[in-house]
Amino acid sequence: MNAPHPAGAWDTRRRGRQLRLERAAALGLARRVEAPRVGELLEAVIEPGDRVCLEGNNQKQADFLSETLADCSPERLHDLHMVQSVLALPSHVDLFERGIASKLDFSFSGPQGGRLARLVQDRQIEIGAIHTYLELFGRYFVDLTPNVCLIAAHAADAAGNLYTGPNTEDTPAIVEATAFKGGIVIAQVNELVDTLPRVDIPADWVDFYVVAPRPNYIEPLFTRDPAQITDVQVLMAMMALKGIYAEYGVKRLNHGIGFDTAAIELLLPTYATELGLKGKICTHWALNPHPTLIPAIESGCVESIHSFGSEVGMENYIAARSDVFFTGADGSMRSNRAFSQTAGLYACDMFIGSTLQMDLAGNSSTATLGRITGFGGAPNMGSDPHGRRHASPAWLKAGREAGGPNAIRGRKLVVQMVETFREHMAPVFVEELDAWKLQESMGMELPPIMIYGDDVTHIVTEEGIANLLLCRTPEEREQAIRGVAGFTPVGMARDRQMVEQLRQRGVIRRAEDLGIDPRRANRDLLAARSIKDLVRWSGGLYAPPARFRNW
Amino acid sequence: MEKLEFRFPAQPATPAAGAALCGVVGSGNLEILIRPGDEADACVVSVKTSARGFGRIWEAVIAEFAARHAAGGTRIAINDMGATPAVVSLRLGQALGEYTGGVQ
Repeated sequence: MNAPHPAGAWDTRRRGRQLRLERAAALGLARRVEAPRVGELLEAVIEPGDRVCLEGNNQKQADFLSETLADCSPERLHDLHMVQSVLALPSHVDLFERGIASKLDFSFSGPQGGRLARLVQDRQIEIGAIHTYLELFGRYFVDLTPNVCLIAAHAADAAGNLYTGPNTEDTPAIVEATAFKGGIVIAQVNELVDTLPRVDIPADWVDFYVVAPRPNYIEPLFTRDPAQITDVQVLMAMMALKGIYAEYGVKRLNHGIGFDTAAIELLLPTYATELGLKGKICTHWALNPHPTLIPAIESGCVESIHSFGSEVGMENYIAARSDVFFTGADGSMRSNRAFSQTAGLYACDMFIGSTLQMDLAGNSSTATLGRITGFGGAPNMGSDPHGRRHASPAWLKAGREAGGPNAIRGRKLVVQMVETFREHMAPVFVEELDAWKLQESMGMELPPIMIYGDDVTHIVTEEGIANLLLCRTPEEREQAIRGVAGFTPVGMARDRQMVEQLRQRGVIRRAEDLGIDPRRANRDLLAARSIKDLVRWSGGLYAPPARFRNW
Repeated sequence: MEKLEFRFPAQPATPAAGAALCGVVGSGNLEILIRPGDEADACVVSVKTSARGFGRIWEAVIAEFAARHAAGGTRIAINDMGATPAVVSLRLGQALGEYTGGVQ
């Protein structure tokens, strides 16, 4: 429990921890626990009302521990307060449906967004807040410190040292917060080995480990098949490269995971190099190992990449490119979500990503009615950090466009890249975000806005680029957005005269204003047009998961 | 299947080819054929589309195209399989680029 200090007692957490460990010892459970007995362990060391962190992100998942917790007795374990990055697995939601957990603080729910919304409406779950990853990690060290954490690692040795392999991800942040505040750390591992390739988490921070019946689940979330990139996406990528990357000389950046930005990655060795931009843009990244970046790396466009997590199939390629990626002495990658998010926030000059909806103030959201999906890292990457103090040419130029030549701070470039219509002719540009209706129907304190309009600097659509830094009034801003909103109702309701004036001032730029010949907006411009091309570029080092192989 | 016909005034185009063909008839895509028309200062467009009920958007997309480009003196035939306005605009620009040899 998380009661305040009883009079005179200053080590209740430590003594509570000791009692929990004694209960496990009384059952004959030692540091290494056999898989069939993990349920007993969880019921022994977790107490009703505990804050429990189940490790899992959009990549690595402590899925065996999650399923085992969901199968525990609700008489023994109830009212748990889950504090976790992602609610992604069916067993995560089972915890709430079965009455084991009742409260949730999280960041992202992706595929479980629909079930989560139903639980909220049925009052089977209380959501504390939807966070960005860094916020949630921060709160682990302030007011959401876990009593118990259930984590995933690749391997353990007999002493309980852990090797996380390339998918270190959230593990260090979670373990640090738990182990040093009287909590209990339980790890599932894929295998037990005599000697670990390297130690990612030392044994004396780990109380129990179990060799899970099957390897932990890892989702290949960052693999985009170049075969699915369209000519329109090539056009938008050409505009972004010429109108933003080149203009600001963006060297340090983060990309979203969509096909729009994958197109940009695949134009770096071709179109961008032809424009003379090699070495002048996109040299340093906070980015997962996107397979679509392989041609740019192989062409010498990229100097350094720090990653939040790994990507299935990229392991051997990464190990063979240790000048570019962060790797251990053993050769494999070391990722770290907390540090990479910090890098994305403070050490990058640009974030560019996509969204499902954007309103006339530039607020954007991926929330749609009936689904609570959360945000992941986008609000962190896609925000201008007011704590930043170091200058760079891109940051200064953006700051001076917004605040004039005497501006005392720069601006991070936050770019939203969208086609004006999604599938089934759903307009991206809308008068009002679904987020507002969702807030009302879910009784949330805030509408789930992913990126606030006042942080957005540029919008790229097939119709052109709107530079919001150069807008001087809310009316100009609205018309700049309408002016690139294409044939959506919002776009058709533009003030044509004002949009033309904005174009004269360079606030709006069309492909023809940028000197882009639409005939070149063709998939032939991509450095790779299939997954097989990516394998070829990697010299056979990239090993795509089966679902991406069609040869 | 829906058939639509449009005629918009446009600055005269300078053809570099007798005709230009762009795109393919495939899901989410379209085929555009540009040939010389009868009126030097008008762009005449006939659309055959698999998606019914988008006449107003077609009209807006083609009006915008005619206003932004020197596309007069052309007759444009479109076979559409549910392309988005983004794809339609891009293919129109590409087809006209082929027809005029890049001079727009």
